[in-house]
Amino acid sequence: MLEKAFIGERKYWILVACLLGIMGVGFIMWLWQFRVGLGITGMSRDVSWGFYIGQFTYLVGVAAAGVMVVLPYYIHHYKAFGRITVLAEFMAIGAVSMCLLFILVDLGNPVRAINVILHPTPNSILFWDMIVLNGYLFLNVFIGWNVLTAERKGSPPPGWIKPFIYLSIPWAISIHTVTAFLYAGLPGRGFWLTAVMAPRFLASAFCAGPALLILLCVIVRKTTKFDPGKEQIQTLGSIVTYALILNVFLFVCELFTVFYSQIPGHMHHFHYLFFGHEGHGNHLIPLMWFAFACMTAAIILLVPSVTRRNEGILTVACVLVLIGTWIDKGLGLVVGGFVPNPLGKITEYWPTVPEALITLGVWATGFLIISLLYKVATSVKVEVGAGEA
Amino acid sequence: MGVNRRKFLKIAGISTLGAAAVPAANALAMNPIEWLDKQLGGFTPSEILLHMGHKPTGLKSREALTAKRWAMVVNVRQLDEEIAEACREICHKIHNVPHIKNPKHEIKWIWAEHYEHALPGQYHEHIDENLKKLPFLVMCNHCFNAPCCRVCPTKATFKRKDGIVLMDMHRCIGCRFCMAACPFGARSFNWIVPWPRAEDGKFEGKEPPSPEFPTRSKGVVEKCNFCAERLAKGQIPACVEAAQELCKKKGREPALVFGDLEDPDSEVRQVLRSHYAIRRKPELGSKPNVYYIV
Amino acid sequence: MYDGGKIIVGIIIGLVLLTFPIWYTHGMAPKRPEVKLPEKEKQCVQSKEYMKTKHMQLLDLWRDSVVRVAQRSYVAPNGTKYDMSLQNTCMSAECHAKKTEFCDRCHDYTGVVPYCWDCHIPPKEEPKEKPEEMH
Repeated sequence: MLEKAFIGERKYWILVACLLGIMGVGFIMWLWQFRVGLGITGMSRDVSWGFYIGQFTYLVGVAAAGVMVVLPYYIHHYKAFGRITVLAEFMAIGAVSMCLLFILVDLGNPVRAINVILHPTPNSILFWDMIVLNGYLFLNVFIGWNVLTAERKGSPPPGWIKPFIYLSIPWAISIHTVTAFLYAGLPGRGFWLTAVMAPRFLASAFCAGPALLILLCVIVRKTTKFDPGKEQIQTLGSIVTYALILNVFLFVCELFTVFYSQIPGHMHHFHYLFFGHEGHGNHLIPLMWFAFACMTAAIILLVPSVTRRNEGILTVACVLVLIGTWIDKGLGLVVGGFVPNPLGKITEYWPTVPEALITLGVWATGFLIISLLYKVATSVKVEVGAGEA
Repeated sequence: MGVNRRKFLKIAGISTLGAAAVPAANALAMNPIEWLDKQLGGFTPSEILLHMGHKPTGLKSREALTAKRWAMVVNVRQLDEEIAEACREICHKIHNVPHIKNPKHEIKWIWAEHYEHALPGQYHEHIDENLKKLPFLVMCNHCFNAPCCRVCPTKATFKRKDGIVLMDMHRCIGCRFCMAACPFGARSFNWIVPWPRAEDGKFEGKEPPSPEFPTRSKGVVEKCNFCAERLAKGQIPACVEAAQELCKKKGREPALVFGDLEDPDSEVRQVLRSHYAIRRKPELGSKPNVYYIV
Repeated sequence: MYDGGKIIVGIIIGLVLLTFPIWYTHGMAPKRPEVKLPEKEKQCVQSKEYMKTKHMQLLDLWRDSVVRVAQRSYVAPNGTKYDMSLQNTCMSAECHAKKTEFCDRCHDYTGVVPYCWDCHIPPKEEPKEKPEEMH
């Protein structure tokens, strides 16, 4: 089946070549980072995690969102999603791969990463994150591939795959919950020390993930002979709408607790992100406002069914959702937690050029994986005559 | 000669039972974790496996200073800029802590902060002006319930039996989870190579001042180690020694006191009895082992 | 068999490439390394044979014993006590005072790059005559 990834038109090969090029640049930058140290990034003693861990957190969400397609299909027998479960699973594979790569490029000593297995430490949430992420990667590769193979042969998926599919549903929830626990259990960081962190993570995941899937579906329809289907995209649109509203609602809950209680250790971080600490501006303030403007605009576009049913407007709304959640989670969440530092001091963070290029390289790797897998999936769908919706 | 097979087996069986009874009784007297720890000589099961079944080798050195729980008391009103600087200087010198100009890449084990940063929750504008200016010496608190040890995915940072929170630079993968977990900003990461060397191993530029102490590689986290290497040789921490010498010269009470918190007669306990002392961010429950008399 | 000839040619090319290091370097094997042993101190913590084959395991055990369990005093088979320290015991002035004439000789020969010296500071060596040529 894999051979289908190597048969394609000119446009497909141009895409693959571009992604490989970006990966190459990122890899060279990473070699430099490996040689001289993480000092080439914008991170510092005070802001000791940055862009890499932000992307990791964001993409865990995207990966977890596969469950929003798998669950309705397998548990509620919502037949329409049968067409796109494999697309959701393959998107998850790309996203989890990026997560693992982002962790690796963030390590000061990547060659020692195996120590996490050699010295298993169950009291560390990172140990569990390693387990759930690798497990989720395995589950999606295993399920996606087997289901697609069965579809190609024209037979229903083998019965023994069912337990793995059911397992993948709570497992998807677990990857984002465990990732939230990385943050939510740290005593000295008021910004993250909130029980609503995991629910917020899941809500933002379940809007960002399906939003990306909608965009991918639209691209697939435009560039291949496989049409993921109008109904499928519309249902995903409803999921994005609900999850987005929930995400903003949970954020408002957080705002209430923080600003009504007026506890400085919790309030200062929000001040820093949205108004600047003690009146001093920073790069993040306009971005954070922009992020929430995007999400608000997306809600306005998505709630009325008239606009949501218009696929063009839906696509625009999905782009807004992706931008909004990406700034909020990929940048604000991590940096906001570190500033001010535990001593109440401000150290600014902004990614450097090499850091941004390494990040792009990892994104390109993920998208290459998704492109190859989607090529296989769509070719199989067309081959078995499932092209038209 | 007269022992037949049956009798031999009987004796062997009984003596085996007897031999097993003693450790079994001992085992019941302690909790299973302590028991396992004793069996493995202080290593974890995975460490035993990685060492092909070997337990830790060797003995504690005879001259070592030992305690059940090491602790430090900082008497802030006895400090001044000179003493604080002397403490920082000797610590960073003997531990080969590099002097990096870029504050983002800075490494520090012990340093002076102002009251408002050392004790942010305790600050108000009407505090004694002198106190506002005093150098609060801050360092790793060697928390009894250390968040850094809780989050480390490899046990590269761990709490020793005597309460000292240590870094195993050989094992650290550089994930910096401990830096996010530490509520006191006590940890530094080696963003760059701290003591660059050429291909032939020679130091480029400055040489580390203490050839007998290791440097660090890039990509690991480091922090104050309560001078574990000096305690092993029977010496108190270098900052405490330096501060006490200077205080003596200036005719003051010792600004830094070090000792066993579980020994009622130790100097730290005496100082804690006679003065009112606080800890940084006690509300977080990390139970610091560094106390401040303000 | 389809394309039998091509496959056989492929296998031959593969074998040639695979064995390239063997026949290309044939007869050029460098001299076995010789390490310079300490002049004053005649007794190591373990026998010569043991140290030759097992020094890495011993050092690994030493470092975990020192760092993690605070056991710093090593009792050698003959009863002598040593401070477990690569930097201060093994490489002391009386013993292996020159890293280039001891550690590096074999490690270079076998292409091993231990990372001990990323952190631990080897003893200072006088700038000496150029290193002997390896043949």
